[in-house]
Amino acid sequence: MSQHPPDYIGFDRYTSHVPRGIAAAVQNATRRFATNRKARIAEMPHWEDLRRCGSDIRLHTLRHLDYYLEKGAARVTEAGGHVHWALDAAEARQIVLRIAQDHRVTRVVKAKSMATEEIGLNEALLAAGIDTMETDLGEYIIQLAGTGPSHIIVPAVHLRKEEIAALFSEKLQIHAPPDPNALTAIARNVLREKFLQADMGISGANFFVAETGTLVVVSNEGNARMCTTIPDLHVAVVGIDKVVPDWESLTVLLKLLPRSATGQKITAYTSFITGPRRQEGENGPRELHLVLLDNGRSKVLQDPVGGEMFKCIRCGSCLNTCPVYQNVGGFAYGWFISGPIGAIFSSQMLGAKAARELPYASTLCGACADVCPVRVPIPDILRHLRHRMAEGDAVGGPTLPQPVRLVARLTGWVLGNSWIYRTGTRLAPFFMGLITRNHRISWLPWPLSRWTRVRPLPEFNSGFRTWWRKTK
Amino acid sequence: MRNAQLFITCLGDQFYAGTLQNMVRILEKLGVKLSFPVGQTCCGQPLFNNGFVAKTQAAARAMIQAFGESDAPVVGPSGSCVSMIRHHYPGLFPAGTPEHRQACELAGRIYEFTEYLVHVLKVTDLGAVFPHKVTYHASCHYVRDLGLRVEAKQLLSRVRDLELLPLQDEDLCCGFGGAFSVTFPEVSRAMMENKVRNIMASGADTVTMCDPGCLMNITGGLQRAGSDIRAMHLIDILASGGAIA
Repeated sequence: MSQHPPDYIGFDRYTSHVPRGIAAAVQNATRRFATNRKARIAEMPHWEDLRRCGSDIRLHTLRHLDYYLEKGAARVTEAGGHVHWALDAAEARQIVLRIAQDHRVTRVVKAKSMATEEIGLNEALLAAGIDTMETDLGEYIIQLAGTGPSHIIVPAVHLRKEEIAALFSEKLQIHAPPDPNALTAIARNVLREKFLQADMGISGANFFVAETGTLVVVSNEGNARMCTTIPDLHVAVVGIDKVVPDWESLTVLLKLLPRSATGQKITAYTSFITGPRRQEGENGPRELHLVLLDNGRSKVLQDPVGGEMFKCIRCGSCLNTCPVYQNVGGFAYGWFISGPIGAIFSSQMLGAKAARELPYASTLCGACADVCPVRVPIPDILRHLRHRMAEGDAVGGPTLPQPVRLVARLTGWVLGNSWIYRTGTRLAPFFMGLITRNHRISWLPWPLSRWTRVRPLPEFNSGFRTWWRKTK
Repeated sequence: MRNAQLFITCLGDQFYAGTLQNMVRILEKLGVKLSFPVGQTCCGQPLFNNGFVAKTQAAARAMIQAFGESDAPVVGPSGSCVSMIRHHYPGLFPAGTPEHRQACELAGRIYEFTEYLVHVLKVTDLGAVFPHKVTYHASCHYVRDLGLRVEAKQLLSRVRDLELLPLQDEDLCCGFGGAFSVTFPEVSRAMMENKVRNIMASGADTVTMCDPGCLMNITGGLQRAGSDIRAMHLIDILASGGAIA
C-alpha cells in the first residue's frame, strides 16, 4: 500500500470487477460477527440507553477536544511519558522516525493500528532501513501480502484460509496447511522471535483517558500487550479523536466496543498504559512516547454535521452489516478505512476531488446507523456530503459536473410544476410502449442502460389518474 | 366517516395503476372517504438523496400545496416516500417560515398504507384469501425509518390460505437505492442477486413488500434469473380473493 493517501478512489471502476471470492470470504466472516453481536445485545436490556450515553460522551468530548487533549497530555507528561503533536501525516512519520533514530532502533514490532495505516508509517520505517514487523495475525498476513487492510478490525478478512496458506508457503518458504490453528502457530513462531529482538514497539490506542493520561488498547491476541511491554521503547500513534474524559465514560465505551465489534462481552486483553515503567523491576518500557495525530481532524470537526463521524469508536459493526461492503469488500473504498464509516471518513479527510465517488457508495438503507454503538448518523452524513457536492455548503462549493446539475435542475422544475409532470406521465406509456416487450422493458439508452443491463424495467402503467377521473 | 387523501407516489403513478386501484378499493371498503389531489407529483426523494436540497424544495412545495387543500390524513403505498415527507420535509425550509410550518403539519398527518390500516383504522383482517406460499421482503425505509417491523406480517398472517415462509435476511437491502442502481450497477446487481437467491431459497411462489422501488428491482431480478416467483405489492395480496368485491 502506498505511503501517501490515494490521488483518486475509483469505486465504480473497482466494483465493476470485484475479484472472485472476496464477497464470499467477507460475508463468511462478517456474518459471524454480526450474529454474535446480536446475541450479546439481546443480553443487554438497556442497550439503547447505553448507545445514547456513548453518543453523548463522544459528542461532548469532541466539542471540548482542546480541553481534554491538553489535560490528557499533561497527565502523560506527569506520568513520565513524552507527548508529541503531529499536525499531519508527514510530521507524524518524522516524529516516529526521529525517536527511532535517536535510540538507534533497528527492529520494530507493531500492534494493529489504523492511525499508523493512515500515515503510512510502515513504509517510512522500512525506507529508513528499520526492520518493521506487524504482529497482529491479520496485519501480519496483509504485510506479507503487501496490501492494506480490507476491514478495520479484521484486516485480512478478504482472504480464505487456503489463500493464507498459499501466501505463507510462498513468502516463508515452508509448507503451510490450510488450517487456521496451524497457520496461527506458524505466525506465532515467527513473531515470538521478533518480540524478543525488537527495540521499539509501536501501537495505536482505542481510547486515551484524559483524567489520568491512560492509553487503552483492546485486543484478542496478546500481541498488543507484548508490543507495549517487551521493548524498552513504546511509541503510540493516536488520533486526537480518541480522547475520552474519564474512566466513567471509558466504562460505557468499553461496554459498547467489543460487543459491537466481535460480539464479545470483553476482549481477551484490555491494556491500560499510564506512562512508562516507574522503577527497575516493573514491567513495561523505559520510555513512552505519545504522538497525537491531527491530520485534518480539527478541520473536519469545524463542520458540525460531518464532524460527528469522529464519534466513531472503530468497532467495524457498520462494515459487518453493510450490504454494499459485504459484496465489494474493503479495497473498493481505496484507503485503509472502508465500509460506511470509510465512505464518510475518506470523503472528508481526502476531499471531494480524490474521494468524490464515495459519498454515493451507499443505498442509504440505514443498516449502519441502526447498529452503530455511538449513533453516528452515517446516512445523514452521506447526504450532507452529497449536498456539498451538488449545491455547495459552508465547507466547499459544488463539485458535481454541470450536466448532472442541469439534469437535477430540470427534474426539480418538472416535479415543481404539476401540469408538466402530468403531461409527461400521459406521454410516457406511449413512447415506452414502443420498446416494451412481454410487459417489460429490457433496453434503455445510456445512462439508463445501466439499469436495464442488470434487470428489465416493468412496463409503464400510468392509468390510475384516468381511472380515478372516470370512476370517481 | 373518515376522510383520507391518496398519495400515489411517482412510481405508483407510472407503473402500478392496478395496485393503486386496489388501495382505493380496500380503503373505501373500510369506510374511508378518499380524495385524490391531482396536483401531486413526486416527493422529491431522488433529488434529496443526491444532495439537491434546494431543488427538492420545488417538489416539496407542489406536494405541500396539493395535500394542503384538505387537512385529512394522507396515505401512500410506499415506506420510502412517506419517510421522505415525514422525516425530511421539515428540514427543507428554515424554521419559522410558513413553509416550514406547513411541512411539519403535513409530516404529522402522512401515513404509510399498512401503518394506516394497523395503527389508525386498527384493522388487520381484511378477509383476503390468497392460497400461496408467500415470503416477505422488509424494505429498508419501511422498517428502519418508519419503524414498521411487524405490521406487514400481522396483515399477512390474517390472509386465508396464505402460508408465510421466512426470508433469510429479510431486512437486507435489495440493492435498489434509487440513483445508486445506475451509479454502481454492478454493486446493485450483486445485492439484488443476493436478495433473489434468498427469495428462491425460501420455497415461496410469491414475494411481497411495501415499497414500489424494491418491487421494481426485485421483479426485474426474478425475471432476469428466469424465476417463476411473482413479486407483488402487499396491497395486491390484501385485495385478493374477493376481499374487496
